[in-house]
Amino acid sequence: MSGVRVLVGTAKGAFVLTSDGKRTKWEIGGPHFGGLEIYHLKGSPVEPDRIYASQATDWFGQVMHRSDDGGKTWETVGNEFKYDGETGTHQWYDGTPHPWEFKRVWHLEPSLTDPDTVLAGVEDAAMFRTSDGGKTWQELPGLRGHATGSKWAPGAGGLCVHTILMDQSKPGRMYIAISSAGAFRTDDGGESWRPINRGLKSEYIPDPEAEVGHCVHRIAMHPSRPEVLFMQKHWDVMRSNDAGESWQEISGNLPSDFGFVIDVHAHEPETTYVIPIKSDSQHFPPEGKLRVYRSRTGGNEWEALSKGLPQRDCYVNVLRDAMSIDRLDPCGVYFGTTGGQVYASANAGDSWEPIVRDLPRVMSVEVQTLP
Amino acid sequence: MIRVVLPYHLRNLAQVGKEIRLQVDGQVTQRSVLDALELAYPMLRGTIRDHTTRERRPLLRFFACKEDLSHEPPDSPLPAAVASGAEPFLIIGAIAGG
Repeated sequence: MSGVRVLVGTAKGAFVLTSDGKRTKWEIGGPHFGGLEIYHLKGSPVEPDRIYASQATDWFGQVMHRSDDGGKTWETVGNEFKYDGETGTHQWYDGTPHPWEFKRVWHLEPSLTDPDTVLAGVEDAAMFRTSDGGKTWQELPGLRGHATGSKWAPGAGGLCVHTILMDQSKPGRMYIAISSAGAFRTDDGGESWRPINRGLKSEYIPDPEAEVGHCVHRIAMHPSRPEVLFMQKHWDVMRSNDAGESWQEISGNLPSDFGFVIDVHAHEPETTYVIPIKSDSQHFPPEGKLRVYRSRTGGNEWEALSKGLPQRDCYVNVLRDAMSIDRLDPCGVYFGTTGGQVYASANAGDSWEPIVRDLPRVMSVEVQTLP
Repeated sequence: MIRVVLPYHLRNLAQVGKEIRLQVDGQVTQRSVLDALELAYPMLRGTIRDHTTRERRPLLRFFACKEDLSHEPPDSPLPAAVASGAEPFLIIGAIAGG
């Protein structure tokens, strides 16, 4: 029987949650790297037991780990992320130029075809790639060197590349998102990039419709329809039907269009999930009710999914990398909270159960569908 | 042999006990001790000193012989008791909590 493995990065270590295809009984593995902040873990699509993990703390900086046995054991791999050539400057919080400084790896995106190749989205905003299983990392300098780079400014969480989406139908095409510069697309494997923010409106920047400066929190797509993108922006849920050339708002009847996560159903490309958060001033769910919202119409019409989720006195947040969807049928939906709960739905969101309730603050959730 | 005491997380990363012993050729300084440490345990590269600037990470301190040596120049000789192995060179993580 097939199964799933949920990789959870937390503020105090990594956890590996496993279940069979029924997704009713779970084994909790970990903590791995106990006491250390694990920003993200992700497995190779072609070799699922190969998992990469990003550990970043203020004490010891960036450390990278790799597992070749599905997260049971780990080895340390290369952690040198050196910007290529002149580092230049971006805009600091006070508007002054500030040199690019590597701080941490936010997101890892293993190649769709080669287990030794992984892309890393880092803070300060740049893309790196390893082609030797994590031993060495090289920058794809075209992104940081973009003509608008000197105008990029950090959000409250830092100037970070946090989303990387690869178009499996067009090998050179990728989408990334930067807080708070916006979304970008490459069609040549990362050599060159261009902003894809037309249609976004952000009242917190001087020109609400500027080419860059938007605080994009997350982008998602269905692999069968990679030209259709869904975005959770700082405020507003957005959709693009033309590979990011233009965006339309699809917030519709959501109780709040602020939030962090967004994801797409495994088998229904028009079915999308978000978790509304009350506001950027109050990072918790509206009315103290934790609800996932699902649209079966590609946006605008949203239904609340609350069965099994706390519906009173709930004041957690769900961070941008903390939702994931498996490939089983019906697909499983997973998310983790800043209160340490990891919730799972084995029926595409109709009902939920906690896999585990008392982990440290959850930074990221990735699910692997195992044969 | 130079004795070096690592903080908990770096012991785990290097898979060593609390104290390790290193052969350091030439003058015993912060730099030569850390160079020898990173040569013996390459997984520690970048965790004590920044890869590029080679500066000490702000939340780590270097103690020896009841002195804070964190702000000493990296090429200054370490105390004779460290060079002789009588006293360890301590790498300490800053205390934080809440």
